[in-house]
Amino acid sequence: MTGLQLRSKETLRQRLARYWPAYLLLIPVVAWYLVFCYLPMGGLVIAFKKFSAIRGIGGSPWVGWDNFERLFASAAFLQSIRNTIVISALNLLVGFPLPIIFAVLLNEITCTPFKKLVQTVSYLPHFISWSVAGGMVYMLLSPSTGAIPAIIEALGGTAQNYIGIGAYFRPIVVVSGIWKSMGWSAIIYMAAISSVDEQLYEAARIDGAGRFARIWHVTLPGIRGIIAIQLILTVGNILNVSFDQIFVLITDLTLDVGETIDYYIYRVGLGSSNNFSLATASGMLKSLIGLVLVVGTNKVCRMLTDGEGIW
Amino acid sequence: MVNRQGAQKMRKSGWDHAFNVVNAVIMVAVLILTLYPFWYVLVGSVSSIGHLVKNGFVLWPDGLHWDAYEQVFRNALIPTAYRNTIVVTLGGTALSMVLSIMGAFALSLKKLPGRKAFTLFFVFTMLFSGGLVPTYLVVSELGLIDSLWALILPGCVSTYNMVLLRNFFQSVPEDLYEAASIDGETLLGYLVKILLPLSGAAIATVTLFYAVGYWNDYFKSLIYIRNNELWPMQTVLRQVLQSGMFDTMLYDDAARSIPQETLKDAMIVVSVLPILCVYPFVQRYFVKGVMVGSLKG
Repeated sequence: MTGLQLRSKETLRQRLARYWPAYLLLIPVVAWYLVFCYLPMGGLVIAFKKFSAIRGIGGSPWVGWDNFERLFASAAFLQSIRNTIVISALNLLVGFPLPIIFAVLLNEITCTPFKKLVQTVSYLPHFISWSVAGGMVYMLLSPSTGAIPAIIEALGGTAQNYIGIGAYFRPIVVVSGIWKSMGWSAIIYMAAISSVDEQLYEAARIDGAGRFARIWHVTLPGIRGIIAIQLILTVGNILNVSFDQIFVLITDLTLDVGETIDYYIYRVGLGSSNNFSLATASGMLKSLIGLVLVVGTNKVCRMLTDGEGIW
Repeated sequence: MVNRQGAQKMRKSGWDHAFNVVNAVIMVAVLILTLYPFWYVLVGSVSSIGHLVKNGFVLWPDGLHWDAYEQVFRNALIPTAYRNTIVVTLGGTALSMVLSIMGAFALSLKKLPGRKAFTLFFVFTMLFSGGLVPTYLVVSELGLIDSLWALILPGCVSTYNMVLLRNFFQSVPEDLYEAASIDGETLLGYLVKILLPLSGAAIATVTLFYAVGYWNDYFKSLIYIRNNELWPMQTVLRQVLQSGMFDTMLYDDAARSIPQETLKDAMIVVSVLPILCVYPFVQRYFVKGVMVGSLKG
C-alpha cells in the first residue's frame, strides 16, 4: 500500500518534472478562456438584476426572477421560440436527408474527375459568408431584376416581392440553407461510405444484386450508425438556427415568422432596445435548455454506439 | 436457363444504364444550381441595367460594363474595409494558431497531470456560454469597442479547432517524444522541431478554418464597431445591400446614374472574389479537416 503510493507519487513528480513546460503553454490559453468564456458566465447574474449601465453590474439592484417572468409574458419571446423550433424542424425534415441522398448518388458516379468536380463545387458555398449568400438571395429574388421572379413570370405566374412576404420567409431560409450546406454536410457521409468494406459490394454483385439493391442492402446499412449520430446531433442543436442567416434575410415585414431566439436576444439586447437584463435572461434560458439537449443527446449517442459518445 | 440468366443480365444492365444517366443528370443539376448564383451576380455586375430588367434570368451579359466596379472602387470605404479585413484575418489567424497549438499540444500529452481537468475546462465552453450581452459587457469593459482587437480577441480560440489539432497531435506515436528526449530534446524543442513539421496538413487545415472564419465574420463588427473606418469588407457589403450605401456617400452625379442593382452585384463579386480565387488550391485541406475532426480521442 505505502509502496504503491510512494511509487505513484514518484511518477507524478517525474511527470511534473518532465511536462512542466506544458503548463507554461497553457497559461495564455487558460487566461483567454477565463476572460472571454468564464467571465461572461459570471456576467449572467444580470439576468437576476435590473441592469443600469451607470451603476454597473455590482451596483444594479437585484430583482429575483422578474426578468424571467417578463420573458414568459412576452408574446415576442414565445413567438421566437416557436419560430426557432419550426425553422429547425423544417431544416431537419428537408435539409437532413438531402446530404445523405447526395452522398449516396455521388458515390455511384464512376467517372472520377466528374465526381471530384461535383464534390469540390458542392462545398464551395460553405466557405462564403452569409452576408454574401444573403446578398445573392436578395439579387435572385429582386422584383425588378431577379432571376426567380423572371422565371415565375415566364411560367405564367405573377412575381411578388418574396423577401418581404411572411409566407415565403421560412422556405427561403430552408432552401438557402440547403444551397449553402448540403455539399459540406455530405462529406462525413462520403467518408463513411468509402470505409464500407469493398468485399460486401463484391459479394452482393455475385449474388446478382443490382444498383438499387446494393445501395439499399450494402451502402445504407454501412452508414446507418453515422446517420443516427448526425440525426441526434441535429436534434440536440434544435435551438441553434444560424444567426447570420436570419440576420441577413429578415426584414420588419417578416419579423413575426422569422425572428429566432438568437435574433430576439440581439434585438432586445443590442439592436433596437438596450434591455441588457432581459436579453441576458433569454440567453441564459437558451443556454441551459441547449446544455440539457446536447448532454441528453450525447447520452443517447453513447447508448446507441456502445459507449462511443461525441466526447 | 442460360437464356433467362442472359435476359436478366440484359435487363439489369439496362436498368443500370438508365440509373447512370439519371444520376449524371442529377449531379449536373446540382453543379448548375450551386454555381448559378455566383454566375448571376457576376453577369449582373457587368451587364447594363436594361439587360437585367428586361430578362431577369440572364445567362450571358450584354457586353462588359465596368461602371459599377469603378464606383465600388471609388468609394473611400472599400480600400479601408479591405485593409481591415486583411489585417484582422492575418493577425487573428496567427494569434489563433499560436494559442490553439499551445493548448492542443498540452492536451495531447497523455501523461500530463491534470490533462482531463484542462480538457473539461475548455470543452465545457462548447456546451454553455454567457451569451451575447455578458460577452459584450466584457469586451466593452476591456475598452475594445471600436478597435480592430474586438474583431480578433473575442473569438480567438475555437475549442473545436483546438480539439481537432489535439486529435492530430495524439495520432503521432508517443515513442517519438521518448526517443527525442533521450537525444536531449526538451518538450518545447520536440514541439517546434519534430511535431509541427510532421503536422503540416493538420496545421494547414486549421489555419484555413480560422482564416475563413475571420474573413467571413461580420457579427463582431456589427456589435463592436461603430466607426465605419474600422468596418471590414463584410459589413460594408451589408450596408450596400441593405441601404444602398452609395445613396448617402455619393460624390457626383455620375455615381447616381449607376443603378443600385449592378452596384450591389459588383459589391458581392468584389467581396467574394478572393475566396473564389484561393478556393481551388486549398479545398483539399478542408476535407482533410473534417476527416481528422471525425476522429475521437
